[in-house]
Amino acid sequence: MQVTKGDVEKVASLARLHVTESEKDAFAKQLSQILTHVEQLNRYETAGVEPTTTVMGQVNVFRDDVVRPPLPVEKALANAPEREGDGFGVPKILEER
Amino acid sequence: MSIHKLSLCDLQKKFTAGEVSAVEIVRAYALRIGQVESKVRAYVNQAQDSAFTQADALDQQLKQWRKTKPLMGMPFAIKDNICTEGVPTTCSSRMLQQFVPPYDATVIAKLREESYLLLGKTNLDEFAMGSSTENSAFGPSRNPWDLHRVPGGSSGGSAAAVAADECVAALGSDTGGSIRQPAAFCGVVGLKPTYGRVSRYGLVAFASSLDQIGPITKDVRDAACVLGVIAGHDPLDSTSADVPVPDYMKALAKKDLKKLRVGVPKEFFTEGLDPEVDHAVKAAIEELKTLGAELKDIQLPRTDAAVAVYYVLATAEASSNLARFDGVKFGLRAKETKDLLDLYMKTRQEGFGLEVKRRIMLGTYVLSAGYYDAYYGKAQAVRTLICQDFDAAFKEVDLIVTPATPTPAFKLGEKSEDPLQMYLSDIFTISVNLAGLPAIAVPCGFSKSGLPIGLQLIGRPFEEDTILRAAHAYEQATEWHLKKPVIR
Repeated sequence: MQVTKGDVEKVASLARLHVTESEKDAFAKQLSQILTHVEQLNRYETAGVEPTTTVMGQVNVFRDDVVRPPLPVEKALANAPEREGDGFGVPKILEER
Repeated sequence: MSIHKLSLCDLQKKFTAGEVSAVEIVRAYALRIGQVESKVRAYVNQAQDSAFTQADALDQQLKQWRKTKPLMGMPFAIKDNICTEGVPTTCSSRMLQQFVPPYDATVIAKLREESYLLLGKTNLDEFAMGSSTENSAFGPSRNPWDLHRVPGGSSGGSAAAVAADECVAALGSDTGGSIRQPAAFCGVVGLKPTYGRVSRYGLVAFASSLDQIGPITKDVRDAACVLGVIAGHDPLDSTSADVPVPDYMKALAKKDLKKLRVGVPKEFFTEGLDPEVDHAVKAAIEELKTLGAELKDIQLPRTDAAVAVYYVLATAEASSNLARFDGVKFGLRAKETKDLLDLYMKTRQEGFGLEVKRRIMLGTYVLSAGYYDAYYGKAQAVRTLICQDFDAAFKEVDLIVTPATPTPAFKLGEKSEDPLQMYLSDIFTISVNLAGLPAIAVPCGFSKSGLPIGLQLIGRPFEEDTILRAAHAYEQATEWHLKKPVIR
């Protein structure tokens, strides 16, 4: 698989990653190389083979719907990059008209 | 013998008998760390002050009570992607450089319950992504056997700390070999438990269907002892298994391996395997036979697909797991951003190192529209085939023996420019994670230049007792684990 610089830009935007010009070139080359290695998987016939998502066969695990002690506000906010009152401070999302 | 050279079980005996106090233990390790840490650089963060305080409190307490718990007063090093309340947990990333967890991982809560002592947090490849610790934002750790070589990774700091006697035991995490490969490179014991055996709650997630916490120790007995404490079901981790925890120490009592059927997969002994590793591992297999094991040639035909499957699935899961690092609730936030999108993009640009970005890119790519079936779907299906290979093999044998790594420790910088070559260094450990099996790496010899070589024993799900028993019998018959590096 040949990954282009354009592909890298598209994927970087999906991943919310700002990548520099030199990183774009390096990633295009390295991702091409790695995906070419991955394509050896086409040697294996997998028609009708169930995909494995988890090995131990667990399905949904439920707990009783009871209130448990939450993380106290002060503890939860201790690592906040910016605090506003009892919440996380973030930039404005909606534009003013 | 100096305190820092003792195994956990031997130190425990002395502590229980009152021959050494907790404060004396911490003092001995602080001295040792002072002597070698500037060369080895195993730790990201040390916690000696609080260890002294805890040790002192423990000694006071023990004047009234008797010592009852196996890990009481035992000084540990913990990989820095396992949350420790009030003690920074950085994942060796700029993203979490200032992060202080508000809670303990379940494994830490269990160690605390035992009154263990935390000496510090150990270095890793950023977010556990790597095989050498060279991807740490704080610089690489060194291999105590040769300071120009890598200790392996990603739990390289933990393995180096154990090998250099900078702690009595350590915890690591293993997603594709991150406990076993560094243990092999550093000449110590590393155990990756069955997926679900140990709670992942509080382990910073890399690839959730593969990650597992396990011990890195000076010998097999110590690994059995630590596993017995950290294993078990945890309601806080819905993937942890509700399976009873056996007495792993008792499992070691049987000294011979009579009637144990040991499989040797030919796919692990092909080109690319270093001749010295090949020689040491084959000698170890002969030793297992001498101990009574029945050897059997087996096949794991899809072994060569494991690295490709892993780097699709692990990066896909990582790209999703690492989406949480967005600069909003914790961790780094980039300054001077013009809007929310800009804040995300710049925070992640500044916070993540090159390898982490590369894996997020790869994982996002294989999950993106148009490529999902060709890469992610295909890899999940081949994962099923790899699991089937192991299922078939375990109908014929009770455990499987392989080399832990294709070569001994490589030099710093040797593979850091070529991601694919670095990925291929995990070729012998990865399939075990894909199948969720337990496996242990134990020392089985040295190269001519004095680098440790590791043997890997793989067991059926939840049969850690079998691999521990076989590893212990092998260890009792050899002396590799008693050798110590001269650090210079």
